[in-house]
Amino acid sequence: MAWRALWHALRAGPATVELPPADEDEVATLAARLKAASVRKLGRSLAIRMVDSGSCNGCELELQMLGSIVYDLERAGLSFVASPRHADVLLVTGPVTRNMQDALLRTWQATPDPKWVIAIGDCAIDGGVFKGSPAILGGIDAALPVDLVIRGCPPTPAMILSGLCALLEANTDPSTRHLPR
Amino acid sequence: MTARACIRTAPATPCAPWPRHVLSPEGWAEMATALAASPALELRALWADTTDVFALLHDGEAGDFLFASVPVESGLYAALSPARPGAAWFERMIRDLWGHTAADGLDQRPWLDHGHWTATPPLAARPLPNLAAPEPMEFLPSEGTDLHQIAVGPVHAGIIEPGHFRFTVSGETVVRLEVRLGYLHKGTLGLLRQKSPRVAARFAARLSGDSTVAHATAFAHAAEAACDTPAPPRAAALRAVMGEMERIANHLGDIGAIVNDASFPLLQSRFVWQREAMLRTAYAAFGHRLMMDVVIPGGVATDLLAGGYAAIIAALDAIDAELPSLMDLYDTTASLVDRMQTTGILDPALAARFAPGGFIGRASGHIFDARRNPGIAPYDQLDVQAPALEAGDVDARVRIRAAEIIESTRLLRLILAELPDSPLSTSLPQITAEGIGWAEGFRGDIWHWLRLEGGLITQAFLCDPSWRQWPLLEAAVKGNIVADFPLCNKSFNCSYSGVDL
Repeated sequence: MAWRALWHALRAGPATVELPPADEDEVATLAARLKAASVRKLGRSLAIRMVDSGSCNGCELELQMLGSIVYDLERAGLSFVASPRHADVLLVTGPVTRNMQDALLRTWQATPDPKWVIAIGDCAIDGGVFKGSPAILGGIDAALPVDLVIRGCPPTPAMILSGLCALLEANTDPSTRHLPR
Repeated sequence: MTARACIRTAPATPCAPWPRHVLSPEGWAEMATALAASPALELRALWADTTDVFALLHDGEAGDFLFASVPVESGLYAALSPARPGAAWFERMIRDLWGHTAADGLDQRPWLDHGHWTATPPLAARPLPNLAAPEPMEFLPSEGTDLHQIAVGPVHAGIIEPGHFRFTVSGETVVRLEVRLGYLHKGTLGLLRQKSPRVAARFAARLSGDSTVAHATAFAHAAEAACDTPAPPRAAALRAVMGEMERIANHLGDIGAIVNDASFPLLQSRFVWQREAMLRTAYAAFGHRLMMDVVIPGGVATDLLAGGYAAIIAALDAIDAELPSLMDLYDTTASLVDRMQTTGILDPALAARFAPGGFIGRASGHIFDARRNPGIAPYDQLDVQAPALEAGDVDARVRIRAAEIIESTRLLRLILAELPDSPLSTSLPQITAEGIGWAEGFRGDIWHWLRLEGGLITQAFLCDPSWRQWPLLEAAVKGNIVADFPLCNKSFNCSYSGVDL
């Protein structure tokens, strides 16, 4: 019965964790980069399109958790969208395989400017364990300009959330910077 | 001669635990034809190296396993797909990776090779530069009036792996679904070569991230079989602990995703919370949420961490306490069950022909569980229960998965209660040998084959059960409405990366 699950939720309180504080150094670096690129401010809301360009599915498993009640991405103003045409950010996992290069590039081209690319996980940074394989091009920067990297194999949802919050902070006017708790 | 006799009478070369019967091209062709009259012989894996093609078969009647190979002559070997349609994807993969063509194979279209590789076939003795421009995939035709096609992917709307689905529909009803994969091909098999099993284990652990423990276990088991050096008892027990935790976490997440696709987020949020709890438990017990790189050839890399035992027991208690009420909520929500029942039916007769294994097979009356047969320590002491249903629909797959969660919590308690005391790992001798290893991942039976020369891997194949399950998804979707495809797809949850190699 539904009441049992509802009662359980009421009694136990929210399962959602607190938003992590954004890393100050990361925010400063990102803010400088955005300023240098004269990127128009998008405000406190970012739409994210996720692309798997060759991952083992480990990063996807952790990214899926971001949307769950535990991490509840949307309260930070971040949301996953179904089309690159609605996105501000491309979140890319895996090395770029030769078989995915074309689809990745087309997804990037379909994303309107201004846009950011975040490489998630060790494979996305430089190919990870698959570095040197003739079937891959390398990390995401072998195919696209990358703005932010989040390490880990796979990075935990908390690490990804922290990186995304840093991007959100950097994208916000310093005088009004604050994160919802 | 029966197919079984064709294999058993051929001379054998050493391979652990089953000798490899080396058939002549004529003997293999006779076996391939005779397979049609031996429905109990299930094809579990088909692969190649630079000179031979290998088949691993399970005799469902005798209960034993047959390992056969044939030398490739002038680039050809007799196809198994006319008698075992499940062999078709393997045969296409073998041609793309090694260049051997299945004579009279049902499907000769490329599979993993999309025309983007710089040298082909990549695993052949001498790959040649690829100068041709990529050609678009040719999809199977559908005949009829008022049909149209829906092309989906490779980049999907959700947070999932890439693959292309080509639906041919009549109104709302799917007439044909054809899956095109290979986008995630990372050249994993080539990367294994000239590495020791210890070094190469990192690739096995990343063949399919959701089954990292299961694949790493099968890989370690193959290396240990070849070297005739079993893992110490404590390592075997800890592998089983991690394997069952991985199974529970995946089933919890998948049931949540299935009910979410039927727009019932209340139930999804609880299942996903339990999944998160299991991942945190894995971190507390083994130092990594997915337990990557903990299983290594020769044993395990870390012992159960301090506090890990209590964390696992607490997680099991929480699941045992909540799962019955969640399944009760599932059962009593008519609008939900209505979406699940009679949706995506996998005909038991078809399941028997493809031998998909795992919960997909068990939801369609076909029981195979590598923990029971051929068996693996410590499960031989545990009397593993494998529940089965006949309905073969999304609902049956949900129920089998829920039953497997309960069974896994029972097994975990038994294993943890009697964790043997022994070293965590042993070193493997650097020898020249061949071995097969296996594991029962959450999707089903996983098979790894290794050939070692002087302690280094020279040839290898890592077989995910999804090879035999994807084609069945194509069949199960037929006749359903397009809007029910996410339910069907999630209820199968086949691996993309696992078969893209």
